[in-house]
Amino acid sequence: MPSLFINSVEIEVQPKENIVQAARRAGVEIPHYCWHPDLSVVASCRMCLVEAGTKKDDGTVAMQPRLVPACQTPATPNTVVVTDSPKVKSSQAQTLEYLLLNHPLDCSICDQAGECYLQDYTYQFGKAESRLDEPKVQRQDKYYIGEQIALFTDRCVMCTRCVRFTREYSGTAELFVTSRGSVEEIEVLPGQPCDNKLAGNVVDLCPVGALCSKDFLYKKRVWWLKSADSVCQLCSTGCSITVDQSESKVERVRPRENPQAQGSFMCDDGRFGWKFAHSENRIRAPRIGRASHGQVASPQLTTIGAPTNAVEQYSMSVNQSTPLATATVSDLTFADPWPGLINHLQSVLKQSAQDHPTKTLAVFSPFMTCEEAYLLADYLKKTNPKITLAMGPVPVVGEDDTYPKGPKGQSPAAEKTRFTIRAEKAPNRLGVEAVLQHFQKSIVNDEQWLSSMELNPFETVLVVGNSPAEWLNDETVSKLRRAGKLIVVDILENNLTHAADVVIPGVSFVEKEGTVVNHAGLAQTFHPAIRCSDGTRPDVRTYMELSGRSGLYHGPTIRAEMASVIPAFAAFETGELGELGKRVFS
Amino acid sequence: MNEAFEPVLLRRRGVAGSQTLAYYQQDGGYNGLQKALKMTPAEVIKVVSDSGLRGRGGAGFHTGSKWGFLPKNYEGPIYLCVNGDESEPGTFNNRILIEEDPHQLLEGIAIASYATGASVAYLYLRYEYGQCYRTLEKAIEEMYANNLLGKNILGSNFSLDVYLVRGACAYICGEETGLIESLEGKRAWPRIKPPFPAIEGAFRRPTVVNNIETLACVTHILDKGPEWFMSMGVPKDPNNPRDPGSYGPKLYCVSGHVNNPGLFELPLGITARELIEKHAGGVWKGRKVKAVVPGGISMGFLSADELDTPLDFAGPGKAGCLGLGTAAVIVIDDQTSMVDVLYNNCRFFAHESCGQCTPCREGTAWSSKILRRIRDGHGKMSDLKTLEDISNTIGIMPGTTICGLADGAAWPIKNALKKFRPEFEEYISKGQKTEMREALAAH
Repeated sequence: MPSLFINSVEIEVQPKENIVQAARRAGVEIPHYCWHPDLSVVASCRMCLVEAGTKKDDGTVAMQPRLVPACQTPATPNTVVVTDSPKVKSSQAQTLEYLLLNHPLDCSICDQAGECYLQDYTYQFGKAESRLDEPKVQRQDKYYIGEQIALFTDRCVMCTRCVRFTREYSGTAELFVTSRGSVEEIEVLPGQPCDNKLAGNVVDLCPVGALCSKDFLYKKRVWWLKSADSVCQLCSTGCSITVDQSESKVERVRPRENPQAQGSFMCDDGRFGWKFAHSENRIRAPRIGRASHGQVASPQLTTIGAPTNAVEQYSMSVNQSTPLATATVSDLTFADPWPGLINHLQSVLKQSAQDHPTKTLAVFSPFMTCEEAYLLADYLKKTNPKITLAMGPVPVVGEDDTYPKGPKGQSPAAEKTRFTIRAEKAPNRLGVEAVLQHFQKSIVNDEQWLSSMELNPFETVLVVGNSPAEWLNDETVSKLRRAGKLIVVDILENNLTHAADVVIPGVSFVEKEGTVVNHAGLAQTFHPAIRCSDGTRPDVRTYMELSGRSGLYHGPTIRAEMASVIPAFAAFETGELGELGKRVFS
Repeated sequence: MNEAFEPVLLRRRGVAGSQTLAYYQQDGGYNGLQKALKMTPAEVIKVVSDSGLRGRGGAGFHTGSKWGFLPKNYEGPIYLCVNGDESEPGTFNNRILIEEDPHQLLEGIAIASYATGASVAYLYLRYEYGQCYRTLEKAIEEMYANNLLGKNILGSNFSLDVYLVRGACAYICGEETGLIESLEGKRAWPRIKPPFPAIEGAFRRPTVVNNIETLACVTHILDKGPEWFMSMGVPKDPNNPRDPGSYGPKLYCVSGHVNNPGLFELPLGITARELIEKHAGGVWKGRKVKAVVPGGISMGFLSADELDTPLDFAGPGKAGCLGLGTAAVIVIDDQTSMVDVLYNNCRFFAHESCGQCTPCREGTAWSSKILRRIRDGHGKMSDLKTLEDISNTIGIMPGTTICGLADGAAWPIKNALKKFRPEFEEYISKGQKTEMREALAAH
């Protein structure tokens, strides 16, 4: 097996690798700024210079006299790389001195501080002080560079990653370099800011604090952030993301590299698409009775049991914005509305299944996770196999938006497409469909159940929404309203929840654990980044309690169970899908 | 021997009507092209290769070898780029060649295109050369009218189009790959090599980039034969197998503090002393030489003691300079402060650094700032060490940049600090200031 040597560590050659990548496998970090695996190689920052040579057949090593950029040098068999010689070290220190020459060192007010490659590499490879005796070059900050981006011009190290990204990845080419030499700057043309749908990525690409996200600017020092691996739920691409939070408030979302899902980047829709999780419009308590009709107290509740009074009280206090103080102290002690709600739901569904099983419908949404869909479908079918499980509408907006764009904004040819924002604006159509396919044997689509709602309405309808935007149009809602009892699970108040008889709060993807299957059949598990919003709890817990399962929800256990029950989910066998997910079906 | 030397490249300089095709043809023009068209391209390459012609643009690369690097039997266009972006300070030979004798160059272009198989030649001309542009426009028009360009040139199967491209007003556009980028309409940021232009150059096609003087030489090599060319210059060093020798005539641009500055065509290998004293009329105002730039300011300095250095491809290197460069000799008299000279140098490179590679972008600007401070009388002895560090860490030689601009910026600093260090130390320790010195000189 051909191999190469990094600091005398022998590793196998892998095709199409450069020395930076090979060294990474050997456990050696070669510092670099301009190189990025998804962008073209320019070898201009000169931070990755190493000594390289060739080991000949007779065992002797011939080193090249000059330093070579590791990013530009392919890792070929018998390459010998030295990254820790005095020559390399002094070159790294010198390059860092050059890079920091005109850098303002305003780390104390810089958003990047804490995750800045200038800081990191200076600690690791740099000198303690600069010999510059002259005033630094000072430049104007450019807040106009993009709607979501600000450029702190004097922090820039001219790696041109951002410029190459807009040319090679988004294809929109808004950014360019203007001027020359040490006074050159990143710039946009007047009136043409960097506002494409992938623009936010340049902030992640920037290895220093030059390009900052206006949304995150001065919000939080990055060392206070805690991260969770997650999956973007705004379209069926299912970008792997990292959700950064602090004190149970999401601060920002970054793409997480996943070659199987989307690559290294994400779109701005997803990047700022978490905000509904902190919306004022969240449903923060279960509710029985129609909010829109002002009927908060429902006469049926009296029959359910003692805690229902608390349900009433609680929902009143939350939904009508009356202070909690109106509840008595003894009520507050038992203010947990959930047990009563679960009891109520169980009896309603049981009753319905007994009285008119064929007139009981559950509408699943493509925003559900696989586990949610499984638990709910399992419960309902066990209650009565005749209950209909149907698929709700899958939101589709326009057409797939593909990148890189051509010079006139046209979409690229299929084989040249590097990034796709999908028209299907839901994360888990395939996963939910697979669950329904198993339990229902065929997928009842929205046309079918809507037409029967018109002719021969279902008596009891359970609808799961959980969409970050309005999901059902008013016409559909009015049809659903014909049901005798409309139970809705949703995150935000909307036309559907206003029409519902029972509203169960759901939680957003940043608050829960679950698995979604993207357009290509890649199943990825996302993890909760923050605590559930006050008054809410994970949907899976509601379904667990409904179905009377004992114990707490444990994702891997449920997934393993799914694998044994549903052949389509055989890949869930171990319950763990890893950081990058697994392809369940194609 | 120099007394008897008949200029070849500059033969038609100063002759009325020398730019016209009629005069050029009557003077024996386009003989070389006719001869070349009767040979196979490989034979033409061999003739040029045998002549030992080395590129006149600065690096002195063997022209025949450069043409030989092109892929064989390549299907698709091959391009010839003619580097007329003459921006090395002190250099003006291309301008004279074009303004006085455009057809000599165009004949060379046609021969080179035939030899390399190029069907299109781009003549990349420095933007500031307006007169050259107009002269060339006329000459190219004449050639098209006389079947010297276009389809089936002179009844052969060879077709060639020449496009005149005006440059982007930057020093870096004279760098081989910077020129190609600029030609493609991009920012002239030199490309990383490999791939070299011979494999992937202009518009991602195999490309040869040649200097104007080189191509003017090609015309005469084809006309008079390689033996004629090799009869001039400095033969190979038998002790150094890597020395390919310096053959042929060379245009020396002499400027600076001399009585008779100008362009002199002489065989390669003339010493700096002879050039200055015999041809350029000696140093002006009866002063002495302090330093001589051997070939454009990026090559460094020869001190007064090194004036007997032969100005061939190997000579300046032996004296610690970067090389012969463009053979633009700038003479600096003994009344000039080397601090000023070096500051001027550094300022130029700081201004012209394209800004792509960190060491060059920051290093050139930094060194110019340091020297300005020294000039203003605020120098420190440690500055000299810093300058040395900068000069040793920028450029292709240590491997820290993509192109050679930074080497050109580093060499004058290295040479000045090595050869004129006492002057710098005195300047700093006495706290001299440029204004004071200028005031003194005025009295």
